[in-house]
Amino acid sequence: MPATVTTDQTDDGSVLRLGGAFALADLTGLHKALMRAAAAGPVTVDLTEVTRLDTAAAWAIAEAEKAAQSAGHALHLEGADEGAAALIDTVRAALPDPDTQTKPAFSLLHWLDGFGRSVAAGGVFLSQLLGILGVFIARLGRSVLHPSEFRLTSLVHHCQEVGLKAVPIVALMAFLIGVVLAFQGAAQLRQFGAEVFVVDLIAVSILRELGILLTAIIVAGRTASAFTAAIGSMKMREEIDAMRTLGIDPATALIVPRVLALLLMLPILGMIANATGLFGGALMSWIELGISPGLFVTRLVENTDVSHLMVGTIKAPFFAIVIGIVGCHAGLQVGNNAESLGRQTSAAVVTAIFSVIVIDALFSVFFAQVGI
Amino acid sequence: MTVIAQNLVWGVRRKGIVNDVSLSVARGETLGLIGPNGSGKSSLLRLLSGLKSPQSGRVEILGQDIARVSRKALARQVAFVQQNAGTDTNVAVRDVVRLGRTPHRAALAGWTAEDERAVSTALEQVDMTDRRAQPWQTLSGGERQRVHIARALAQCPRVMFLDEPTNHLDIHHQIEILRMVRGLDMTSVIALHDLNLAAMFCDRIVVLQAGTVVACGPPAEVLTQALLREVFRVRAEVSLDAPLTQPHIRFLAA
Repeated sequence: MPATVTTDQTDDGSVLRLGGAFALADLTGLHKALMRAAAAGPVTVDLTEVTRLDTAAAWAIAEAEKAAQSAGHALHLEGADEGAAALIDTVRAALPDPDTQTKPAFSLLHWLDGFGRSVAAGGVFLSQLLGILGVFIARLGRSVLHPSEFRLTSLVHHCQEVGLKAVPIVALMAFLIGVVLAFQGAAQLRQFGAEVFVVDLIAVSILRELGILLTAIIVAGRTASAFTAAIGSMKMREEIDAMRTLGIDPATALIVPRVLALLLMLPILGMIANATGLFGGALMSWIELGISPGLFVTRLVENTDVSHLMVGTIKAPFFAIVIGIVGCHAGLQVGNNAESLGRQTSAAVVTAIFSVIVIDALFSVFFAQVGI
Repeated sequence: MTVIAQNLVWGVRRKGIVNDVSLSVARGETLGLIGPNGSGKSSLLRLLSGLKSPQSGRVEILGQDIARVSRKALARQVAFVQQNAGTDTNVAVRDVVRLGRTPHRAALAGWTAEDERAVSTALEQVDMTDRRAQPWQTLSGGERQRVHIARALAQCPRVMFLDEPTNHLDIHHQIEILRMVRGLDMTSVIALHDLNLAAMFCDRIVVLQAGTVVACGPPAEVLTQALLREVFRVRAEVSLDAPLTQPHIRFLAA
C-alpha cells in the first residue's frame, strides 16, 4: 500500500495523518509536510494507518519534533505501534547534537594567553635544541675518549650525501650569483667610469657574505629536510626503539655522524661557492666590461684583504651546527604518523633557513662593532 | 625471580596507562600478558624492557635495577620483539639477524665463529634459513615477524619480551614459535591476543584491564567464563579436559 500524508487543520493546530508503507522514496514529501506544519503551530502526527515505518520516515518525524520544539510548539505522536515508537526513539537518540562550538570573541585576555603560550613554547623549543647540542657535544667527547665507538662509515656516508652530492648545485648557484653581481655592478659603475671597481664589489660581497650564506641556505633546504625525514621515519617505524633494545645509542649512531659531516663539509662547500662565484664574476666582467682575467686577478689580489675571506668562512661551522641540530631535533619530534613527518620536515627547513639568516645578521652586527 | 616489577605507574599527561602494576616472573617461566585493546600490555612491556621509564616504581631484571644498568649491558641479557618495527633501509634477512649480535661484540672486533653460529641457529629456529639472502622489503608481514624473532634469539638473551609476536603469522608458525620460545631455557613475557594460544603455552597468565592487573595465575585458574565476560565482554565456554590442565575456550555468538 503506497504511503499517504493528509493534513487537517483543527483548532489545536494541524493534524497529519500518515498511512501506508513508508519507504525512502516518500521521504521528501513527508519531510516537507512535517516541517511546514511544525513551523506553523502545534502538530499531532497520527500513525494509526501506518503499516510500515522506515528509518527515513522516523528521521523526518524526529527532525520535525526538534523543529517544533525550537519554534516553541509541541509535536504529539498518536497511534504509533510498539515497533514504530521504538524506531522513532532510537532515531531521536541518534540525532547529532547541534554544533555548539562557537568562535570565542576576541579579547585582550585571549590574545595575551595565546601570546604567552607561544613564547613559552618557543622557550621549550630553544631549550630542546640546546639539549640536542649538549648531547652532540657529550657524545662527540665520548667518541674522542673511546675512538672505537665512533662510526666512521656512517660519517663518510653522510659526508658524501651532505657534501659531495651538493657540490653541483652549490657551484652552479654561486656561479650565477657572480654573473648577476658583475652584470648589475657594471651597469651602475659604468656611469661613473669606475668599471674596474666591479672586481672589489664582487670579491667583497661573495667572500664576505653571499658565498657562505647562500650555500648554507641551500644546504639547509637539502640537508635539514633529509635529516628530519630519515630520523623521523626511523622514529615512526620504531627503529629507534629497536636500536635501544640492542644497546645502540641513537645519539651516537644518528646525530653525531650527521652533524659532524655537516660541520666538516659546509666550509668546503663555502670555499667551492666562493671560487665558482669569483669565476662567474670574472667571466662576466671580461665579456661585459672588457676587464681581462689577468687584470681581475691582479685587482683581486691587490685590493681584497684576506680578512673578508676569514669573516665569511668563520660563519660556516655555526651555520652547520644550527642546520644539523634543527634537522635532527625535528626528526626526533616526529610522532607515529606520516602526517607529523611531513609537518616536521617542512618546519625543519623553515627553522633552519630562518636561523641561518638570523645568525648571519648577528655576525654582521658583531663584525661591524669590532670593526673588521 | 628473574623479572620483578614493583608498583609501576606510567601515563600520558593525566591519563594513567599503567596503574600500579606489580608482577614477578620466575626463572625459565613463560608469562602470558592478555587484556583487551588499550589495556596497557605494550606499555607494560616497554616499561619492563626499559624503553620507557616509569613515573614511579622499579623494574629488576636478574637482580639488577634496570634504571641503573647501561643499555648495552642490558641488551646482553634482554631481548625485545616489537609489534611493528620496520625499516626503509635495504637490508637482507641475514643482516637483520646479525644486528642481534651487536651487544655481544666489541667495537672493532671481527665477526667470530660464535656470532655466526648464533645467527644460523636463530634463523633455523624460525625456519628462515633458506631465505637468509632475501631483502627485507620483499618479505611478507609474517616473515618479517619471524626475522624479528630470529634477531632477538641471536642476542642470546636470558629474558625475552615479545609484544604480540604471533600477529601476521599462520597457525603453523604461531604454534611453532610459541613452542620454541617456551622450550628455550629462557624467561619470557609474551603479550598475546589469542587466548587459546596463551592457555596452551604460558605457565602463568596476567590479565590486564585499564592498566591494572585483574587476575594472575595458571591458565586454568585465570581463564574462566566469568573473567572472559567481565574483561573481554564475550560469552565463551571454557572446557577443561581434566582439572589443572590447559583450558580450551570456545567463543559463542551473542
